[in-house]
Amino acid sequence: MRLNHVAVLPLLAVGMFSTVAMAAPIDVSKSTISSTGKQMGVAVTGAFKKFSGDVTFNAAQPAQASAKIDVDVASYDMGLPEYNKNLLTPEWFDAAKFPKATFRSTSIKGSGSNFTVTGQFTLKGKVQTVSFPVVVKTVGATQVFDGTLTVKRTAFGVGSGDWADTSIVADDVAIKFHIVAPVK
Amino acid sequence: MTTSNTEYTRTAIGLHWIIALLIFAAFGLGWFMTDIPGFSMAKLKYYNWHKWMGVTVFLLAVIRLLWRFLHTPPALANSIPKWQQLAAHAVHWGLYILIFAIPLSGYFYSLASGFPVVYLGLVPLPVLIQPNADLAHTLKEVHELLNYSLVLLLLAHVGAALKHHVIDNDGTLARMLPFLRK
Repeated sequence: MRLNHVAVLPLLAVGMFSTVAMAAPIDVSKSTISSTGKQMGVAVTGAFKKFSGDVTFNAAQPAQASAKIDVDVASYDMGLPEYNKNLLTPEWFDAAKFPKATFRSTSIKGSGSNFTVTGQFTLKGKVQTVSFPVVVKTVGATQVFDGTLTVKRTAFGVGSGDWADTSIVADDVAIKFHIVAPVK
Repeated sequence: MTTSNTEYTRTAIGLHWIIALLIFAAFGLGWFMTDIPGFSMAKLKYYNWHKWMGVTVFLLAVIRLLWRFLHTPPALANSIPKWQQLAAHAVHWGLYILIFAIPLSGYFYSLASGFPVVYLGLVPLPVLIQPNADLAHTLKEVHELLNYSLVLLLLAHVGAALKHHVIDNDGTLARMLPFLRK
C-alpha cells in the first residue's frame, strides 16, 4: 500500500498542477460515455453513468491542452440488471479491485475542429497508450468533444476465461464519448 | 381449380416436418434457457440459437403459406363428420397463424429488450422498434401466451392425427407420413 502511495504522488502533483492551469471540470450531466461490443454479431451498447474529468482546451493552443477522465466502471448500465451485475465480476471489470478506468492525455494535436488526442488509457489495472480523433465544437459557452476510441478488450483482460473467446464476444469495443465542458 | 388431389406435395410434407422439428427444438431450448440463472456464455449462445431457429421457422412459414395458396391440399376423408372437418381446418389455420405470430413476437421482444437479431451471426435483421422496457415485458408475456396456445393446438392436432390413425384407420395421418400408406 505504501509503495502504491509513493507511486501515485507524482501523478497527484501533475493533477494539482493541471488544476492550477485552469482546467475546467466537465459537465457530467450533459456528457455521455458509452461502449459498444458485439456478441455473436449483435451490437450491444451500455453507458457509464458515473464519471468525472477535467478538460483544458483552447483550439489555438492545442499543445497546452489536456484532458483527464475517470470512469466508475461499476456504473456501467446495459439496461439489464443481470448483465450489469455480471460485468462487475473478476472475469469482466473486476470492479471491486479496479473501480476506475482512466484516461490521461499526453498530447493533443490538430487545428480547427479536428484534433488527435494521445494518452494513457487504464482499464482493469492495465495501461495502454492510445490515440484517437476528436471533433471539437463550441456551442454557446461550452465546448463539446466527440469521438470514439476503439480498444481490444482482451488486452485489458476484460472478459477472461470462457469469455476470452472473441468468436463469441468480439475483441473490439468502441468507447464513444460526448464530453461537454465550459469554455475557459 | 382441381379437387382431385389425394396427396400433399412432397414440398408441403417436407415443410411441415422441418417446421415441426424446428418448433420442437426452439420450444425446448426456449423452455430450458429461460430457467438458467445469471448470465453465462452457454446462455448467450442458447438465446441466439433460439432466435435463429425462430427466424428460420418464420422464413419457412412464408414459403409454406405461399405454397399452400398455390397447391390445394387433399380433401379430408368423406367418412369424417362435417364438424370434425371444420375443427381440423380451424386448428390448421390456428397453427398457421402461430408459426408467424410466435417468431414475430419473439423478434420484437428481442428488439424491445435492446438486442437486434443478427441471423446466424452474419445477417443483421431490421431494427424496427427501439428498446422499450415496458413493451419488452408485454411482448415476453405475449410470446409465452402464444406458445401455450401452440401447445394446446398441437395437442389437438397430434391427438386427432393419432385418433384417425389408430381408431378410425382412415388414412388421414398417412397424408403427412406417406410410408404409413397401405
